[in-house]
Amino acid sequence: MKDLHQFLISPLDAAQLHGPNDRIVMSSRVRLARNLRDASFPGWAKKPERVKILETILPAISALPEMADSFAEAMDNLTALDKQILVERHLISREHAAKNVGSGIVLNREESFCVMINEEDHLRMQALRPGFQIREAWNAIDRLDSALEKKLIYAFDNELGYLTACPTNLGTGIRVSAMLHLPGLVLAEQINPIIQSVNKLGLAVRGLYGEGTEALGNVFQVSNQMTLGETETAIVERLEKVLSQIIKHEENARQSLLEKKPKVVFNHIGRAYGILANAHSISSKETMNLLSLLRLGIDLDLFPGTPRALVDELFLVTQPAHLQKQISDKLSAEERDLLRADMVRERLKNVSRPVTK
Amino acid sequence: MQCCVCKEKPATVHLTQIVGEKMQKLDLCEDCAKAKGINDPTSFAMADLMLGLGASQVLDPSVGAAEIKCPRCGFSQADFKKSGRLGCPECYQTFAEGLAGLLKTMHKGTRHTGKAPEALRKSRETGDRLKLLQKKLAKAIDAEDYEQAAQLRDEIKVLTGAAPAKTAK
Repeated sequence: MKDLHQFLISPLDAAQLHGPNDRIVMSSRVRLARNLRDASFPGWAKKPERVKILETILPAISALPEMADSFAEAMDNLTALDKQILVERHLISREHAAKNVGSGIVLNREESFCVMINEEDHLRMQALRPGFQIREAWNAIDRLDSALEKKLIYAFDNELGYLTACPTNLGTGIRVSAMLHLPGLVLAEQINPIIQSVNKLGLAVRGLYGEGTEALGNVFQVSNQMTLGETETAIVERLEKVLSQIIKHEENARQSLLEKKPKVVFNHIGRAYGILANAHSISSKETMNLLSLLRLGIDLDLFPGTPRALVDELFLVTQPAHLQKQISDKLSAEERDLLRADMVRERLKNVSRPVTK
Repeated sequence: MQCCVCKEKPATVHLTQIVGEKMQKLDLCEDCAKAKGINDPTSFAMADLMLGLGASQVLDPSVGAAEIKCPRCGFSQADFKKSGRLGCPECYQTFAEGLAGLLKTMHKGTRHTGKAPEALRKSRETGDRLKLLQKKLAKAIDAEDYEQAAQLRDEIKVLTGAAPAKTAK
């Protein structure tokens, strides 16, 4: 079995990945839900049936040229820590991390494709791209899906489209989403009206880890909710329009904050720097929220010479499972807070205090 | 469907109630519904939609609430109520009636217009075309445009393989 940690892109390299508009759009993702025609959905199938489904699907995916060099494993072969690391990398859902026998994962080397087997559906395949690239992600997953349909018999109905365990995913089975860093809109207190108007367009706004999670670090996920009655392209195009608007609003919010309330901005960023550079104990939640302000400071040129990748890497390595992975002893939450603070102080050693214009 | 009270007039008011785990369904004619004090049938539409998964198939209130189960996987309405997920692809047929309303509230439309597996794409397109032609045919017959109707009928024959395709002129 391949070692997951040998396989995964290092946090440093992951932070160097760039895409269009990545100042605001941290990543793009398109996920398709598919099921086999002649099997019960994973939530209802008994263990032997789930194992059989996994044994059918896993080799079929691994054999695709796109997945030639991949990490393909049954979930019960992964430790709880490994699964948590995959969640922190946004490669699998928290629900999938809770799965064991009869579920699996196939992840390619570039981490541009990740397929969850027997999550809520038999197949949840995702294409991931850095920055604002939802169209590219759709094209990529569309190709992967077309290659896979030659090997597996999907559950498909002429009227209802691709059949899914939950009727909310029926039809296209598509979820198009982007992860947005919106500190400007949060500071300007414009985020709630934006969320409301996005909701009115039939799109969902969620926190960092998807359904039912809070927006840590001013990171929000925007995605489509309806999957039936529209083509995939129509959904992608609508998301593109809405996301472009949100990007514009965020840029405007940042600009007008700097013009109208520069002291508020400098105060927030300066304090965030002060705490991060000097704390001796810090929770992951506080770290994320302060790193978000540091990231904003970098975007606003308040930390000349400091690359955004420094913050993006810290975003990842300060999370509980990533932190735990670096230490062989099992850490308590308090011990992690000490270690996290040490790590952040060390990384910020060569970053000078924010300049004020 | 007959009114289950007077057993004479056709039932036009359908009332579904969930009591505990059991579902009861009543089909009433307009008069009996009024007599029972159900004046506003539309107020029950919502309850029907949310709870009445495939309700009309259960029927016979005298026997009590027998439950529909998916013949392929054994999944029941109660299971759906509990989890909000279905048991297998075939459940969409089993519970089609109740799901129809649910899908309407959930999605932009109730008909898939997106991607289809390549193997099915052709038959899907043929099906769409066939439906369109049949609609046109009905219209042409209504309008007593028999020339048009004959032409449409030939096209349908070709499409369904009932007749060999016409050779090109």
